[in-house]
Amino acid sequence: MTLVFMEGNEAVARGAIAAGCNFFAGYPITPATTIFNNMLKMLPPKDGICLQGEDEIASMGYCLGASMAGKKALTATSGPGISLYSEQVSFAIGSEIPLVIADVQRLGPSTGSATRGADSDIQFLRWGSTSGVPVIVLAPKDAQDCYELTVHAFNYAEEFRCPVFIASNKEIGMTKESFDMDDLDLPPLVERNLYSGDNYIPFEAAPDKAPDFLPIGGKTLVRQTSSTHGPDGYITIDPDVIAANQQRLRTKLHAARERISLYEEKIIPNTDTLVISYGITSRAVEDAANILGQEGKPVSHLSLKTLWPVSEQVLIDKAKNFKRIVVIEMNLGQYVNEIRRVLAGKQIDFYGQMNGVLISPAKIMEVIDNA
Amino acid sequence: MPSFLNKNRPPVFCPGCTHERITSGLDNAFMDMGLAADKIAIVTDIGCSGLFDTFFNVHAFHGVHGRALTYATGLKMADPSLNVIVTMGDGGLGIGGAHVLAACRKNLDITLVILNNFNFGMTGGQFSATTPSNAVVGSEFLNQAEIPIDICSVAKSAGATYVSKCSGLDKALAGELVKAIQHKGFSVVETLGMCTGRYTKRNKLTPAVIDQMIEKQGVSGGVIEENQRPEYGELYRKLAREKTRFPEPLVVEKLFDLPHPQRQEIVILGSAGMRIVTAGEMVCSAGISAGMNVSIKNDYNITVLRGQSVSEILLSPEKIGYPGIESPTVVLALSDEGVARRKKIFGTLSPTTFVLKEKSVAIPETQAWVEEIDFKAFKIKKQDWALASLGVLAKKEIAINKEMLTFALNSRFNEKVFTLAMETVSKVLQY
Ligand code: SF4
Repeated sequence: MTLVFMEGNEAVARGAIAAGCNFFAGYPITPATTIFNNMLKMLPPKDGICLQGEDEIASMGYCLGASMAGKKALTATSGPGISLYSEQVSFAIGSEIPLVIADVQRLGPSTGSATRGADSDIQFLRWGSTSGVPVIVLAPKDAQDCYELTVHAFNYAEEFRCPVFIASNKEIGMTKESFDMDDLDLPPLVERNLYSGDNYIPFEAAPDKAPDFLPIGGKTLVRQTSSTHGPDGYITIDPDVIAANQQRLRTKLHAARERISLYEEKIIPNTDTLVISYGITSRAVEDAANILGQEGKPVSHLSLKTLWPVSEQVLIDKAKNFKRIVVIEMNLGQYVNEIRRVLAGKQIDFYGQMNGVLISPAKIMEVIDNA
Repeated sequence: MPSFLNKNRPPVFCPGCTHERITSGLDNAFMDMGLAADKIAIVTDIGCSGLFDTFFNVHAFHGVHGRALTYATGLKMADPSLNVIVTMGDGGLGIGGAHVLAACRKNLDITLVILNNFNFGMTGGQFSATTPSNAVVGSEFLNQAEIPIDICSVAKSAGATYVSKCSGLDKALAGELVKAIQHKGFSVVETLGMCTGRYTKRNKLTPAVIDQMIEKQGVSGGVIEENQRPEYGELYRKLAREKTRFPEPLVVEKLFDLPHPQRQEIVILGSAGMRIVTAGEMVCSAGISAGMNVSIKNDYNITVLRGQSVSEILLSPEKIGYPGIESPTVVLALSDEGVARRKKIFGTLSPTTFVLKEKSVAIPETQAWVEEIDFKAFKIKKQDWALASLGVLAKKEIAINKEMLTFALNSRFNEKVFTLAMETVSKVLQY
């Protein structure tokens, strides 16, 4: 047997390369910097481009320009950088520019703690843009997930022409660990649909799909705009056209919601408690559940990997047979609000911790026992 | 050559707005150069100047206020064959100042046309980065308390390789734009113009006054000799081409069988400069070579040359879940700073936990199995204490053994470093 040994951030970079990423622009920020460092080593030998922007806003701008020229772009930052990315994220969402954004979360608010982990940005990633259009957010739990989910992220970005976030965490990004590359479960690569007709209308699309793509710089003239636009890419004030586009931006993701719901589960028959978690915390939940099982007090657990759009049907189906739901998060309660919304009427207990320290299996067992 | 102007979308500027003249100036420049439409991208941002992309039948990219140069950079790097033209008002210039400076320093082959009309036209004539202090604008008295920026001298000092300033009403405008677009590198053309909708309503600005301003500010247009250097994209590609070695992941093979593989939780407490992280990673490589799953978390100061350096390592025959340390099996206490960082753990250690403490290091009360070693007596330098401690573990066959350690050192170090490392380790192995 052979194992690879790498930190989560390196795994994101390797996943990106495996997905065919050929453009990176970023700005140094702990704990995400090593994604940048890795891309800077990996892209040039593969004829890819890797740039450092003058700030986070510029790094995102470089990525948007490159993506519209047909590149598969990645950027990486942490909470304070996501704040700065926000205006460009809104642009990418509204104007359907494919892009993968790794957020190696750290303890907020604001500059917070550069080297302390937390799942600080779970709602911020969802709502940190104008207009409320849905986004895709994937949460890895370990280095292997970082690799796999980055490949998924590129696939989703290409298919839906949207930014896709990887909600990593300092405790994953900067923790080095071993895993078996043969265990990687990688999806086949998806590329954006290239338009093949002879009358390209840049934002024309079926009501539940992203528009076909052609690059700026190709033979066919392409328009891209951050303004409210019709299918032709020119400003529109026609309420029907606006409404149709707003609806399509939602529908293209919501219609695919179940298909892009990634999760892991361990459902044990005849248990009455389901513990729901995501990211680094789900590893402690698994440990806690194992110990409780050995002690004859088994619980089931569900570890979500697709956080947004909320996998509503998955939550409903999985929770159906349980009396009690316990949600554990490395913040003081962000995603639990979604679970409470979807599973209204269920008993839902919550434990959150926001002190720069991982939630331990012992703490989780205590919560499960006492809550 | 036919015009590039979009017949279906004629300019919609206020009558007398200089933007209209610049629109046709740009069109004439494209025609004079005989460019192909699909080899031009116009990148714009917000404001009246942000309408430019809609008037031309070329590739168009319209984005967020002040950020046009960032998209232009991505486009040009992705497709060097494109002629990338950015139009930006004095508003975009102010809010995107960092990008203008960065573009000047980079010298990527982009042409920036600044449409300076001394105020924010679209939002109601507020003062901008170029509004004179004595102008009457829509910001009450605020502009009186600031001075305007001369972007041409700023661009020059920031390293732009081509800078020119001209009247937007000048008949020679198209020619000026041709020169700028043809320049290989970042070129800035500042056009001065009239915002008839806002600015000239309350300020005496006429074509003649603009001509006087150009004369007075005396920026000799064109190539800035002292800034000449290779174009960014070409230089970048030349440098990047030299990087041919793709870094493959670190792969460690299982070579050894441990008689009783057991979960180990190892904490190394040291200081910056003691190569704590390297030692931690050696333990990991050693562990993998014996078929263990491993993880390592490090805790060090942002100022990497000072303060504690702590590594927490897990070795486990099973897949590792929670990556924190719950009950250490091994603690290497190598500096007071490191110990101070984790002093709480000492009270929790079990009698079977092996604590190796350097003679000079004080540790809190603990019921663990403590051994002391005087590395100085072995003539081992402080920077090698962590490595030497691994020798102690290997000798006692705690968590790792001699073969595992030798393999780890050999696989991670070059021959010279490996020999030195083995010398250090041998000192304690013989002990
Ligand atoms: S407001 Fe000023 S800049 Fe805008 S179109 Fe009118 S004159 Fe031109």
